[in-house]
Amino acid sequence: MMKRDECFRVLARHVAEDVVVATYSSAFDWIAVRKHPLNYLSVGAMGLASSHGLGLALGRPDRRIIVLDGDGSLLMNLGTLVTIAEAKPRNLFHFICENGNYEANGGHPIPMQGRLSFVGLARSAGIRQCYEFSELVDFERQIGAVLLQEGPVFVDLKVERGSVAQQDFAYIHSAAVRTEFQAALRKA
Amino acid sequence: MKGRSILAAIKRSGVEFVISVPDITTSEGLLRPLATDRDLHLLRVCKEDEGVAICAGLSFADRRALLLIQQTGLLDSINAVRAVAVEYSLPICMMVGLLEKEPDVPPSKSKRYGVRIVEPILDAMGVAHHVLETETDVAKIQPAIEHSYGASSPVVLLLGRSPLAS
Repeated sequence: MMKRDECFRVLARHVAEDVVVATYSSAFDWIAVRKHPLNYLSVGAMGLASSHGLGLALGRPDRRIIVLDGDGSLLMNLGTLVTIAEAKPRNLFHFICENGNYEANGGHPIPMQGRLSFVGLARSAGIRQCYEFSELVDFERQIGAVLLQEGPVFVDLKVERGSVAQQDFAYIHSAAVRTEFQAALRKA
Repeated sequence: MKGRSILAAIKRSGVEFVISVPDITTSEGLLRPLATDRDLHLLRVCKEDEGVAICAGLSFADRRALLLIQQTGLLDSINAVRAVAVEYSLPICMMVGLLEKEPDVPPSKSKRYGVRIVEPILDAMGVAHHVLETETDVAKIQPAIEHSYGASSPVVLLLGRSPLAS
């Protein structure tokens, strides 16, 4: 099992000018690791991070779009895996942080906690490039190569909560953060 | 109301992507010809709220999109519309077939509960909406979409009858 924030620190070393779509608990951890104008915060309606990411991937095929989703969030929008497989965006990298619970909603377990294969779901949906990591050393060794694959790519990160990042809800919901993102994307 | 007139208006509005869950009201007159149209990218999605977020992502990339769905899907996507379109002030353009609405009857006067409640819900949410019932109404499409992108606010175009296929 990996600490989510440690995992993100490793990932951040491979993310230069990529767009990163992050949601809720993942968003707070990601902002703490990499506060950047090309962060797109998918909040307000749970479950839609990968769909926002798909729109960005289709609209900006020249950019790598990395989605940091949650396992509970993905379960709210499982059809997204089929839609992504159908759309085949080469630049979309869909990560889920599988911690087995709804962390932002009190830490209650997800259905089928620990008995569900997210990679199995993604493969069955038609996504060919699927990876699963539970050890940081393996993730660190392979993530560079994973990010060079042709998308869509699906990655299940088996994580637990690490250091608790500041949860600034006013910031993630602010209009300023979206305005800053749009301006940065136009320049990118 | 002809499907090809609606398609032409969609294109004139600068829309490049149509995101859709099939709807019997628009199936033959609109979705089928749209699927083979070379100027528009059709993306078939599994659920309507996915489409709201896909349109949002496209809007940040400065690409125009239209979500083509049925009112049942709109009702199912209320939370996504509330958060993504309204609270975050994004130009989410939706074309919504009113399943089982009686021809020439305003939606608010329909005998169908599922049709009658649509406009009051949109009013309560503060979402702009227009009813398209006749060929003349097709002229509402382009200004509505232009306004949505100009003001960065959502709009719903309610199709009150099936567009003609030819």
